[in-house]
Formats: sequence, C-alpha cells, structure tokens
Amino acid sequence: MNIWLIMLLGGLITFGMRFSFIYLFGRFEVPQTLRRALHYVPPAVLSAIVFPELLIQEGRLALDLANERLLAGLVAVLVAWFTRNTLLTILAGLGALLILQFVL
Amino acid sequence: MNEKIDIFWAGVRAEFPLLVGVFPFGMIYGALALNAGLSLAASQMMSSIVFAGSSQFIAAQLIHDAAPGLVIVLTIAVVNLRHMLYSASLAPYLKDLPVRWKVLLAYLLTDEAYAPTALKFEREGVTPLGHWFLFGAGLALWSTWQVSTGLGIFLGASLPQSWPLDFALPLTFIALVMPALKNRPAIAAALSAGLVALLAYGLPFKLGLILAALTGILVGTVLEGRK
Repeated sequence: MNIWLIMLLGGLITFGMRFSFIYLFGRFEVPQTLRRALHYVPPAVLSAIVFPELLIQEGRLALDLANERLLAGLVAVLVAWFTRNTLLTILAGLGALLILQFVL
Repeated sequence: MNEKIDIFWAGVRAEFPLLVGVFPFGMIYGALALNAGLSLAASQMMSSIVFAGSSQFIAAQLIHDAAPGLVIVLTIAVVNLRHMLYSASLAPYLKDLPVRWKVLLAYLLTDEAYAPTALKFEREGVTPLGHWFLFGAGLALWSTWQVSTGLGIFLGASLPQSWPLDFALPLTFIALVMPALKNRPAIAAALSAGLVALLAYGLPFKLGLILAALTGILVGTVLEGRK
C-alpha cells in the first residue's frame, strides 16, 4: 500500500474515532468493558513492538550477552524507570549501544 | 466577541505547560520518521493528517520494517482507540454546536488538548462559549506539533548516517511504556504481549504484532475484572 494512502486511512480512522461520540451524542454509551480494555492498549502495543526489536536478531531469538541491542535496551529500561524522561532514555540507550558496539 | 477571545486564550495558556513536553517529542518524531525512511513531505504531513503522537512513531517504525499497509492502518486504529473515550467524555458539553464546529474540535482532540479541557468542563459545566477553550488548547498544540516536527526533520537530516538512529524508535517506546506499567494487570498485559510477539514473530504480514497486542489487551482486561 502506498504510504500516503496508509496515512490517509490512518488519519481518517483516527478522526472518525475522535468525531464519533461528539457527533452521535446521546445515542451511545461506551461499554464498561471497552473502557477498561483501553487502559491496556499502550502497554500491550508498545511491548509487542519493543520485545522483538530487542530480542530478535536476523530472524532468531538472541537471548545472550552478545546481543548489544538487548543490553542497551535494558539500560534504557532502567533510565526510563527512574527518570520518566523520554529524551534521557533515548540518549542513554543510544549511548549504551554505541559503547557496546565499540567494546564487543 | 471579546469573551470568546478571552476563553480562547485561557485555553492556549492552559496548554502551555504541556507544550514543554510536546515540543521535544515532536522533534524526535520528525528526526526519526525521516530516518525510518519516510520522505521529507510524508514525515511532515503525517503530523497533520494523522496528528496523534504515539501512533505516528509506531507507523514510522512499521513503515521502516516494511509491514503491509493494512497492518499499519489497523495498528494506528488500535493505538488511537482511546480517542473515542475523549470524544464520549466531551460530547455532552459540545452537543449543541453546529457540525462544522464538531468537525474542527474533533480533529483537534488529542490527549494533550483533552486533559485541560476536561478539567475545565468538569469544573464549570456546560457553558455557551466553553468550546473556545478547547479550540485554543487544541490549536496551540497543533501549531506546536507542526513546528516541532519540521525542526526535527531539519535536524534529523543533518545527523551522521553512521549513528544507529533506527534504535531510537524502540527506545522511545520503552520510555512511553514505563509510566503505563502502574499495576499488575498492566505489567501482565505488557509481558504477555511481548511474549506472544516473540513467539508469533515468524507469522506473515506482521500479524504477530496484532495478535500480541490483542493478547496483551485481553490479559490486562481479564485480570482487572477478576480483582
């Protein structure tokens, strides 16, 4: 699919969701279960992306100390946990990866 | 007339503290989108066409990974589902507006515009000019997002090619996921999604991602229901 078409469809769906209840007010209630499920979208989607990025190398599970991206990712996890700062987390992770690539 | 402008500016002012965090985030998005292989125009335009921070990062990552278009669109939809909640939450206060206002305000309805507006609406109830506050907050955020994206693209283009910048996207996601891990169901959702993503990595069309995300959402929801 063309990248512009992807953006257009993604944008239309996003707009549709923002518009939905403002437009249809009074005809629908958000079900309790959906309300609850939405809390788990960020941890689920983000982890589903991060885990393979850190743990899979060349199509295989790489659960060892030679996996620089895993080690640098763990450094980033620690920094993110203690600082809650996006920019610091990125800088720490990238810095760790550069050093590890140099050392290993 | 003056009262409208006053309320509009109150919205802009309420948005200011949030812009401090949004500006670097927009710059990081711009730099990374370009680095993920999106064209200059696509990187910039995504900020106004999709206009939803985390889903833009994820779309850039998936485009970088050459995921199929349908999977990318579906992922954007799942990540942005929460906007329906914001829509439902603000709807009672906007119900008497003409449709053109509803369209405009819905387009501007982001996490950061929602937060101060919901606080104000809850405090003051339905007021005839309250929507100008959301317009002010939303427009302040929209402008900041466009400018910071542009600056990020500009800076991203001048960074050395040898840096492992593609790694910055997963790092961004790590930073975003940490504050969401507030309780056991959320941690279980993250771990189960991650595990399924590893196990289902070999599935075609990046379907493992969708499967993993749905598993995590299900696990979190069921665990919370059992408490």
